[in-house]
Amino acid sequence: MEKLVVVGNGMAGIACVEQILRHAPKFNITIFGDETHVNYNRILLSSVLAGEKSIEEITLNGLNWYQQHDIALRLGVRITDVDAGAKTVTGDDGSVTGFDKLLLATGSLPVIPSIQDVMKDGVFVFRNLDDTRSLLERARPGLKAVVIGGGLLGLEAARGLQVQGCDVTVVHLMETLMERQLDVTGGSYLANKMNELGITVLLGLSTTAILGKGKVERVQFKGGGTIPADLVVIAAGIRPNIELGQKAGLDTKRGIVVNDYMETSNPDVFAVGECVQHNGICYGLVAPLLEQGKVLAATITGNKGPKYEGTVLASKLKIMGVDVFSAGEIGDKVDGSEVIRYEDPSLGIYKKLTLKASKLTGVILVGDTSDSHRYMEWLRSGTDLASMRRQLLFPDTGGDAGMDVAKISDNETVCGCMGVTKGVIVHAIHERGVNTLAQLKECTKASTGCGSCTELCQQLLKAVAPEFEEESRKVLCKCVPFAEDNLREIVRSQRLKSVQEVLDIYGNGQGCEVCKPALSYMLDMLWCGDHDEDRSARFINDRVHANIQKDGTFSVIPRIRGGVTSAAELRRIADVAEKYRVPLVKITGSQRIDLLGVKKSDLPKVWADLGMTSGQAYTKGVRMVKTCVGTDFCRFGTQDSTSAGIELERRLENLFTPHKLKMAVVGCPRNCAEATVKDIGLVGQEGSWQVVVGGAAGKKVRKADLLITVETTEQALDASGIFFQYYRENANYLERTYDFVERIGIEKVRKETVYAAEPQKQALRGRLHKSKARSRDAWLERNEPRTATQFVQIEMMDGVLV
Amino acid sequence: MKNETKWIRVTYAHNIPLREGRAVRIAESEIAIFNLGGRFLAVENRCPHREGPLAEGIVSGTTVVCPLHAWKFNLENGQGVSPASSAHCVRSFRTRVEDNVIWLELPANFFTESQALLGCMEQQAEGATEACSVARV
Ligand SMILES: Cc1cc2nc3c(=O)[nH]c(=O)nc-3n(C[C@H](O)[C@H](O)[C@H](O)COP(=O)(O)OP(=O)(O)OC[C@H]3O[C@@H](n4cnc5c(N)ncnc54)[C@H](O)[C@@H]3O)c2cc1C
Ligand code: HEM
Ligand code: SF4
Ligand code: FES
Repeated sequence: MEKLVVVGNGMAGIACVEQILRHAPKFNITIFGDETHVNYNRILLSSVLAGEKSIEEITLNGLNWYQQHDIALRLGVRITDVDAGAKTVTGDDGSVTGFDKLLLATGSLPVIPSIQDVMKDGVFVFRNLDDTRSLLERARPGLKAVVIGGGLLGLEAARGLQVQGCDVTVVHLMETLMERQLDVTGGSYLANKMNELGITVLLGLSTTAILGKGKVERVQFKGGGTIPADLVVIAAGIRPNIELGQKAGLDTKRGIVVNDYMETSNPDVFAVGECVQHNGICYGLVAPLLEQGKVLAATITGNKGPKYEGTVLASKLKIMGVDVFSAGEIGDKVDGSEVIRYEDPSLGIYKKLTLKASKLTGVILVGDTSDSHRYMEWLRSGTDLASMRRQLLFPDTGGDAGMDVAKISDNETVCGCMGVTKGVIVHAIHERGVNTLAQLKECTKASTGCGSCTELCQQLLKAVAPEFEEESRKVLCKCVPFAEDNLREIVRSQRLKSVQEVLDIYGNGQGCEVCKPALSYMLDMLWCGDHDEDRSARFINDRVHANIQKDGTFSVIPRIRGGVTSAAELRRIADVAEKYRVPLVKITGSQRIDLLGVKKSDLPKVWADLGMTSGQAYTKGVRMVKTCVGTDFCRFGTQDSTSAGIELERRLENLFTPHKLKMAVVGCPRNCAEATVKDIGLVGQEGSWQVVVGGAAGKKVRKADLLITVETTEQALDASGIFFQYYRENANYLERTYDFVERIGIEKVRKETVYAAEPQKQALRGRLHKSKARSRDAWLERNEPRTATQFVQIEMMDGVLV
Repeated sequence: MKNETKWIRVTYAHNIPLREGRAVRIAESEIAIFNLGGRFLAVENRCPHREGPLAEGIVSGTTVVCPLHAWKFNLENGQGVSPASSAHCVRSFRTRVEDNVIWLELPANFFTESQALLGCMEQQAEGATEACSVARV
């Protein structure tokens, strides 16, 4: 078998190898990559930076893929030389490897503009996983970040840093953001959107120097002006990495020159991806690179025939809530072409189509990209639009706002990143038994790029696949069809403060009993209680702060912290029970007392007579802390569990959580108050506390995982608080800690809570304190009801007519 | 005679908060009135499943979801929406608002019949209210 050596373990190289493997086995393959990670989806680095995806989630080919295909993978080895005559490559580890065929897939390098002191500590580029990791390590709330470059990459980096809490400024050399994809008007709409997100945009500024002692402190511009900066990202463009092509003696210009068969000037050396130049063009997006890879695979395996004839490019900005799409011509001054525009400044929508001889030659969409597929298809196919002139900007929606999947033609591209057509998807469904999105991704690579076609793929599956199964990672509800982590991001970035606002903008305007309470919780958590609470969006229990019973009466459970009460309290409880003829008084499973069967109209009076605070037994919130007697009385006690439990309850009470949250504190491992089957438990032992989380003794029984062992009670309370807030922020609504901890994995939970860097912990504590400061005992509404009829039974005005 | 109705004044419109419901006691029964943004819709305050108080439910568009076991009813005509077996429904009543007062149209015999509320099926059979009969078409 011939030896094929591939240099560059990136998206284009590996996609090409995958295509080569589809032909009969022909090669012994060795792949060199100077990054230390298996092939991953570079496109999604923006999502990793923005915290929407984890690093593990963006892997494209795991180690097992390389093993399965007997590929020798050499990670962390940089090829420094090619000897085309001797047919060898030399690595920076000193190794010399012979080849019969060589494939260069070295991608491109970030362009570093000539700026004085650009290598200073605190200046980053954004190209690979290591860059992303370093950025994530450095970025933290409150830092001033400056992104140099207002193109796709720069804007996505800016958004990512902002989500990490930085104060971000984008500095762009040109007068228009994304000037290669947008015209002046489109650019200004985009700049407005970025400003709305809270990102400052400075245009027409040339950066001349990075200032600072040892590390970056300010950025200086031509003319002498400066702005402060703790962190700088350079995103000023890319240039093809052609060094090895030159060393191999290939014909190179800006990129390594290839012909339509993807051949270079040397019959044994091939090149693919961002490092090549075809027909004068160097591409910087994934779709063309994949097309190139297919052609190259045919040529290199002796099946020469298919040609690569260039790709119509489409770009999409991947910032949630900032929809930008551009393809084809963008300028105004192309001979003989006409331009159709639509603008709505207050909605921030701008659309521009460029037509020539009744054919679409360019499209710009800002603020609403829902029709991008249609335009892309017109561009690719050169459809004659003369008869459709009236519907160009506003398709005849025919009731269905989404695209009718049946109308898409078979050769229309569904996944722009990976260049997958509807025909390919339908074929995969019919011929290869694809039923789920995961299978579709595996089989066709559709929807594995930027993810914007996921919805369309789902619709196709639903329409065509006989046994379509929804993914387990579900959207919150059909009223607001987004996954909860997306929604949290939307609500945060768009600064939405009421349930109705979210429903109006991102949903069907109505909502239901599933999404309304979930959104209510989300808003309360994200804004630390500083939002417009809409009682109508909450379940009845949260409207009247009591638990509805099967007969429409309510139960009342006052807070009895740590299960410790007093004679006076018990006497008041007894009096209330008699006065209001409470049908049942019961000790609950949680060391508390329940008064069952209270009428709604009596609730405020009952609360007042009790003189106790709400035990939140009716809501998804902090229930109680059970305690054992501990050192004060128990002969086994090693820690004062009762005081610790009371303090824990005091610190967290009145807060809401994704699902109910039960806690317990015990003074020794005998565990009398069952702390190891609670959402949060503290288990005392000689000289220390174990903090355990994710336990359950309900529908499911699960032993809690050890979060951390600490010495002092204060440390144990602090660790509990940090975990508590982390759960509040990251769990889905109605996800108990035991499902949450299992889903995330206790290792990761530890890493992101008690073992997180101090600033991260501080941020969690900060948000917890903020929420706590705004929270209050719900039963105070007895004195100031939300509405006049919150607890009142309305009687008919006219009296009883007979 | 049987189809005769009577309009009565029930309560001030501001007593029913936006997108919430409130029960009003009338004779032996309770009627749930909902505020759908200037439009008030009324149904019997008793879920046919296990008598849940519909007035306490979450409103979703023009439907309400029973707080006890989440059965769902169309407030415009009382029809059950889910679970899908559409045999169940609640009785609906017409309303109007005058000078910030909500008026309710009730059958004339509402206060005299011992079994004050007719089942909604009977109501439909009679075609007593427009809304319900429209729904049947
Ligand atoms: C943050 C970000 C967002 C993006 N978003 C999009 C998007 O939304 N849509 C889109 O279509 N495209 C996007 N792109 C561009 C897309 O990722 C690239 O076009 C694509 O990854 C290029 O593939 P490639 O294989 O040619 O190069 P790469 O993926 O860069 O792979 C080249 C690999 O070769 C390695 N290498 C180079 N020289 C050597 C050597 N001498 N020895 C060993 N190894 C070497 C490099 O380290 C690298 O791992 C984005 C890029 C970035 C950085
Ligand atoms: C060696 C093992 C154990 C010892 C020595 C022990 C000891 C004690 C003691 C001394 C008390 C009384 C505290 C007091 O009120 O003065 C107590 C109470 C209690 N223990 Fe344990 N215990 C043990 C195991 C357990 C276990 C395994 C459970 C449950 C899983 C448990 C559940 C309880 C409960 C619920 C109470 C409170 C009882 C009540 O409310 O009346 N104990 N235990
Ligand atoms: S857990 Fe330990 S300290 Fe607490 S009551 Fe039980 S035996 Fe005593
Ligand atoms: S009583 Fe209404 S759903 Fe059960």
